[in-house]
Amino acid sequence: MRTRSAEQELNRRGFLRVSFAAAGGLFISLHLDRRASAQEGVSASQAPPAKTGYPPDAFVNIRPDGKIVIQVNRLEFGQGVQTALPMVLADEMDADWSNVIGELAPAADVYKDPLFGIQIVGGSGSIAHSYQQYRELGAKTRAMLVAAAADRWGTTPDQCRTEASVVHGPGGKSATYAELASDAARKPIPATVRLKNPTEFRLVGKRTKRLDSRPKCDGSLKFGLDLDLPGMKVAVIAHPPVFGARVKSVNDTEARAIEGVRDVFEIQLVKGSGVAVVADKFWPAKQARSRLKIEWDATGLEAADSSELWTRYKQLSRTPGKVALNQGDEKALERIPEPNRILAEYEFPYLPHSPMEPLNTTVRFDGDRAEVWAGSQFQTVDQMAVAEVLGLEPQRVTFHTEMAGGGFGRRAVADSHVQREAATIAKRLRGTPVKLVWTREDDVQGGYYRPMHFHRVEVGIGPDGFPAAWRHMIVGQSITADTPFVNFTTKNGVDSTMTEGTADTHYKIPNLHVSVHHPKVNVPVLWWRSVGHTHSAFVMETLIDELARRAKMDPIAYRRKLLKPEAGKLHRTLELLEKASADWRNRLPKGHALGVSCHESFGTGVACAVDVSIENKRPSIHRATVAVDCGVAVNPLSVESQFQAGVTFGMSQLMAKGGVTLKNGMVEQRNFDGYTPPYIVDAPVTVDVHIVPSTEAPTGCGEPPVPVISPAVVNALARLTGKRYRSLPLVSI
Amino acid sequence: MATYHLNVNGQHREVTVDPSTPLLWVLREDLKMTGTKFGCGISACGACTVHVGGVATRSCVVPVSHVGDRPIVTIEGIGQDAVGRAVQDAWVEQDVVQCGYCQSGQIMAAVALLKHTPKPTDKNIEESMGGNICRCGTYPRIREAIKSAAAQIK
Repeated sequence: MRTRSAEQELNRRGFLRVSFAAAGGLFISLHLDRRASAQEGVSASQAPPAKTGYPPDAFVNIRPDGKIVIQVNRLEFGQGVQTALPMVLADEMDADWSNVIGELAPAADVYKDPLFGIQIVGGSGSIAHSYQQYRELGAKTRAMLVAAAADRWGTTPDQCRTEASVVHGPGGKSATYAELASDAARKPIPATVRLKNPTEFRLVGKRTKRLDSRPKCDGSLKFGLDLDLPGMKVAVIAHPPVFGARVKSVNDTEARAIEGVRDVFEIQLVKGSGVAVVADKFWPAKQARSRLKIEWDATGLEAADSSELWTRYKQLSRTPGKVALNQGDEKALERIPEPNRILAEYEFPYLPHSPMEPLNTTVRFDGDRAEVWAGSQFQTVDQMAVAEVLGLEPQRVTFHTEMAGGGFGRRAVADSHVQREAATIAKRLRGTPVKLVWTREDDVQGGYYRPMHFHRVEVGIGPDGFPAAWRHMIVGQSITADTPFVNFTTKNGVDSTMTEGTADTHYKIPNLHVSVHHPKVNVPVLWWRSVGHTHSAFVMETLIDELARRAKMDPIAYRRKLLKPEAGKLHRTLELLEKASADWRNRLPKGHALGVSCHESFGTGVACAVDVSIENKRPSIHRATVAVDCGVAVNPLSVESQFQAGVTFGMSQLMAKGGVTLKNGMVEQRNFDGYTPPYIVDAPVTVDVHIVPSTEAPTGCGEPPVPVISPAVVNALARLTGKRYRSLPLVSI
Repeated sequence: MATYHLNVNGQHREVTVDPSTPLLWVLREDLKMTGTKFGCGISACGACTVHVGGVATRSCVVPVSHVGDRPIVTIEGIGQDAVGRAVQDAWVEQDVVQCGYCQSGQIMAAVALLKHTPKPTDKNIEESMGGNICRCGTYPRIREAIKSAAAQIK
């Protein structure tokens, strides 16, 4: 039923177009109606560009050599979508998987997220939002190929069947997709098409290896930073030490003396200004930057300071804020006797994303058009930003999506600051391609962090040991304030990206009051893989664990009893977790402890159990068992990988040096020395992942692994030491 | 500027660069071998790991002037080596990579480990791989791939 209504929706919103490729073969593209997406994501001023001037918009190209090239409307940066979306399309198409190639699509209307209305990787939506779209595309492509074969053989499509890129007809006739492609391109696009019954899937639901493994293992895969164009220059920028500061004076004599340096100039930034250095290669550019003598003007700018911010946040948390949820009786808490109340205050630091491939963008400006190469999670927004800087219509900006070495949200920035910087330099160097590189220092010190948060929670425990009243205050900068997304995320002054995981908790809490303060701070902030859930899951799952211990109940049983009956995914994952961890959970060696957590985010339910001991005063995770309910697991191997690795990403905020702090407006850490993400020793030794069998629509797996691990580990530590850990990063145990 | 004669993946290469230029940037920009990655520039992440004279080396902090005649092996050349090929194959077989950016360095570190310690324990793996950051967090599969490669190498 869902399939059919989604199909109708797709037909209402879009139409298919057929065109011939220059090299022959069949292109099919699906154009979405712009009106349908206008209310989501971006404001009218950021409306998508008109769809002209691009190469043929296309999803499928059957090449004469039999290779089937499928355009992926997403950035690939580790999450496996460059394999999974082609699987979905190829399955319905009955394409020979060994001949399928996934390509990252450039910026174009046709590749916009069907729900968000912009080209984006966000909200763990790559599969969730494009599953139906890619199934339809595959089925329609197949139908056209079959129609062409039936014509050729003087029969009807229902007399034909397809398998591995071949149409088989009556009397043993057969033709390959490559042979039929040209004829198929002339066939009308079917208005409706039958989709496979899940039992007919040949690829979806099968453990399928990534298409990009080998080139990532032999050094041949090109990331954005690896781009090399004839005559290309490399640029770095000296950014202000205080966010938004301006260059007062610069002495560039020594910098210009370095061989290979071509240009040094003050550059306008999104906020404040900096000094750009352009050179033939990276090393002279970086050497020259270190020799600049710059005086900065930070007049009138807040000099953010972490310790002052904690004091301010803590004070704010005791004052009334904007109400996110007022459920039940707000005064219920006060009627609960003091001994049955818990007051818990939590601190979460600024967190950098630090993708392993440093941020970079290459731009060439030719006066009336431009070309951009970027590993972008936000092609539509970044393309328009470059166009604005260069004074061009967006359709005059060809935007190539480059493979990216991680991102975690850092490549989806509403102000497109990296792309604007690159475009500003390219404008000055008209005709010359310029690659702007953010060094690791630029990245660690450059802002756009997961915001600092302070949570103050008062829980009143009922006679049954379950929470009877819960008052929850969160203080933190709004991620979306001052962006076009604010209307999408913020109601009554509450940015829902901060309250997700608390105000919409799946636990039954009769009297639940959640409110917020969004202070303004001179530090740019951004969504960090799993966004609000990074901190909300930690607070909820450590407190719930504390309540379970007070009630002397098993942590899994307690959660199952407290969850709403309709929280089906969490119930199923806890049930599966209980079974999957039965062998080890209650038979741990001396000095080890069990930690449990569960959390639903982006529609995916996750439950996690860890075996933890303390080694060298740090948590040592011997094992993690994870249960997942993500609806249909399109590629179970990829789901398993995302969860195995994603839990380590979630360990970031437990690292002793995992946060970023500010003093006098300046970031105190510089690189992977003062700030360290998890290394191999910090990760679980093994992670076994168990997927709940499901026929429900697929939900995301990019972000949901992150929230569960840090509360689970800390819950285990609490069992070992008797202490509760509420201040992150976890500096000492 | 000075001219250096380098032995890279068994081939003689000549470059004329500033003596302070790290080997990483000579490989990436002068020799156009971009498989070796820039991650931090301070030898704290291992993305730039190559073998110099058979030793796993952070190429981002080794000036080209310090290399001398020691042979350099990079991710582009490691597949010519039996251990190197086994490690690359194990990585593909175990579906280790995610974003993949750190994996050149991880593979180079793993090959160096297996050349010295053909049957590594978890402890050996943690020690040898301990300085290579994978931000995606593929560490459990890296462990498995190293053990699987070790089992393949005769």
